[in-house]
Amino acid sequence: MTEPLLRAEGLSRSFEGRRRLFHETPRVRAVAELNLTLDRGTALGIVGESGCGKSTLARLLLRLIPLSDGRIIFDGRDITALDESAMRPLRRRMQLIHQNPSAALDPRLSAEDAVAEPLRIHGVASGQALRDRVAALLAEVGLPSAFLHRFPHELSGGQKQRVCIARALALEPDLLVLDEPTSALDVSVQAQILDVLDALRARRGLAYLFISHNLAVVRQVCERVAVMYLGRIVEEGSAAEVLGTPRHPYTRALLESVPRLGANQAPPAAPGEPPNPASPPSGCAFHPRCALAVAACRAAMPPLVTLGDGHRLRCPRVG
Amino acid sequence: MSALLEIRDYRLAFDTFDGTAQVLDGIDLTLSAGETLGIVGETGCGKSVLARSLLQLNPMPPARVVSGQIHFRDEDILRLPERAMRRLRGRAIAMIFQDPASYLNPLLAIGTQMEDAIRGQDIAASLRKRPRAAARARAAELLAAVGLPEPARLLDSHPHMLSGGMRQRVLIAMALAGDPALLVADEPTTALDVTVQAQVLALIARLVAERGLALMLISHDLGVVAASCARVAVMYAGTVVEEAPTGELLARPLHPYARGLIAAVPDLDHPERRPQGIAGSIPGLIAPPSGCRFHPRCSAATDRCRREKPLRRELLPGRSVACHHATP
Ligand SMILES: Nc1ncnc2c1ncn2[C@@H]1O[C@H](COP(=O)(O)OP(=O)(O)OP(=O)(O)O)[C@@H](O)[C@H]1O
Ligand SMILES: Nc1ncnc2c1ncn2[C@@H]1O[C@H](COP(=O)(O)OP(=O)(O)O)[C@@H](O)[C@H]1O
Ligand code: SF4
Ligand code: SF4
Ligand SMILES: [Mg+2]
Ligand SMILES: [Mg+2]
Repeated sequence: MTEPLLRAEGLSRSFEGRRRLFHETPRVRAVAELNLTLDRGTALGIVGESGCGKSTLARLLLRLIPLSDGRIIFDGRDITALDESAMRPLRRRMQLIHQNPSAALDPRLSAEDAVAEPLRIHGVASGQALRDRVAALLAEVGLPSAFLHRFPHELSGGQKQRVCIARALALEPDLLVLDEPTSALDVSVQAQILDVLDALRARRGLAYLFISHNLAVVRQVCERVAVMYLGRIVEEGSAAEVLGTPRHPYTRALLESVPRLGANQAPPAAPGEPPNPASPPSGCAFHPRCALAVAACRAAMPPLVTLGDGHRLRCPRVG
Repeated sequence: MSALLEIRDYRLAFDTFDGTAQVLDGIDLTLSAGETLGIVGETGCGKSVLARSLLQLNPMPPARVVSGQIHFRDEDILRLPERAMRRLRGRAIAMIFQDPASYLNPLLAIGTQMEDAIRGQDIAASLRKRPRAAARARAAELLAAVGLPEPARLLDSHPHMLSGGMRQRVLIAMALAGDPALLVADEPTTALDVTVQAQVLALIARLVAERGLALMLISHDLGVVAASCARVAVMYAGTVVEEAPTGELLARPLHPYARGLIAAVPDLDHPERRPQGIAGSIPGLIAPPSGCRFHPRCSAATDRCRREKPLRRELLPGRSVACHHATP
């Protein structure tokens, strides 16, 4: 078996409590003992309710924030303890795309300058070669040369997200981490961006870690999906299985609650609300909302078990 | 049956630094008591401006009514003095918004805010202001009506102690305080997780059925509208391009834009149906496209579309479409 592009082992991150203006924020375990692997050229979706730790996971994997525990192996190399200078050459190979393209772009840089900046900083190209390269990158994400000299305020949300993607591609990464990349976009634009992402992956063999709360979008983009609940993976497997024939009670609840176009009534609503990460329930964190819960579920956290087909599941009652 | 709400040829412009934006360009909509109408369309098409018009909440200036009427019962909201408007607001017409947090004061307990709102409505209705204790009892009753557990404890809580879903329920409870006939909900679940969204949608459906509320629900999410509304109006660049029973529209949209919008939604249950984008982007409203505002992006556009604005006409019973070339 070939080495995966990215591997996380026992990844954990806690945030210490703080006093704020109106209230205290208690200590939060945002990501807990999380294992995952991402193979080259594949797309892994991360889904779960807000606050379950998706964005924290993204920032941990990119070494943008320190981890509390665990190991990260990128391309066969343990990067957990690398200092910033050792990380720099690797940073080129892993890029982040945010939810909000407006915040990600410098308002003073034109589309051309925004994409040229990383190439210039890394001394990859200059002069005419640089300009050609930038034009080609923007064309690749569907922005013709008419857009080269436009500034962010002259671009629509979808066009700004294209510039962000072109900028992330400039240094020819192997990995794109996309944190809710289409959530701020209209559906008609979202469909265009999904096409761009598909074409790029086919052409460049990129791997995606694709975070989204939109399960239908994840189904379009990803081969594999991991479902997170309160900092931990509760189910992982092929997108067709996890989103087509979900097994974990939480995954099922999540899928059932999506309003379908064909339905003419509100979707079935599971009881309860996402848990407070500051005071996680005992045992299986999902037990207060789970119709199948029994006493044992409250007593001990069930392990994440790997089933025969590589499907991972954290619920002994449905295994 | 006479309509509860009747919007006729309503045009609203915003006078901005760069020129006048024709934001609502001749809106015609009717809503009867107990009816549910969804408004869908992409960002900037005028959904929120339309919703705010029902309560005269658009700042004037820069907003300016160009033409039209909005009849609620027997009064034209557009010509109602502010005093009379205050009597409607929050009573006959109640509104909830996308972001519940920004409509609650972080410094005050939920109970205090609800009591103030309830007593404020007594004044607006020219009634004697009820005592605080009575307002508090009413607040607890309303919290129970929206399915919030332990209302008494909740009344003493501050907003930050509540989840987003609970805050939205509190605002729905406050919206019910004046016993409204019409509930206007502008993206009420957009900031919520799908699981909590399902709960809030079920709550809205229950309230509509139990109280005979008319509902105008605005969303960019067709699934949310399908779950909540019997009829839907699709907006594009300040116009209603198609209005139809929700099921019929989703099954067979007749307007090219409505068709494009539906084809762009990824379908969780049919991943093989690849979502299709709509070429081009939404037009600016200061110099909107001539004729049909959708023509620069429409593959069926002809010269006539560029020249002449299509009027919405009934193509099938209960289904009207603003397109020169649409056929039933
Ligand atoms: N105070 C204002 N001054 C000038 N223009 C405004 C003002 N408020 C709204 N507009 C413009 O009116 C148009 C419609 O805005 P509106 O907020 O109704 O859109 P929307 O359909 O609700 O979009 P979204 O889905 O993003 O909420 C937009 O072009 C917007 O820029
Ligand atoms: N910088 C931070 N300081 C304190 N708590 C944080 C910080 N970042 C995230 N958290 C907490 O960690 C948990 C997971 O957050 P996040 O990863 O942003 O969730 P998601 O992206 O899944 O919505 C939440 O409880 C959040 O409040
Ligand atoms: S372990 Fe128990 S509580 Fe948790 S998901 Fe399974 S049945 Fe439900
Ligand atoms: S009127 Fe013409 S441009 Fe407008 S939607 Fe119909 S065919 Fe397309
Ligand atoms: Mg996040
Ligand atoms: Mg709006």
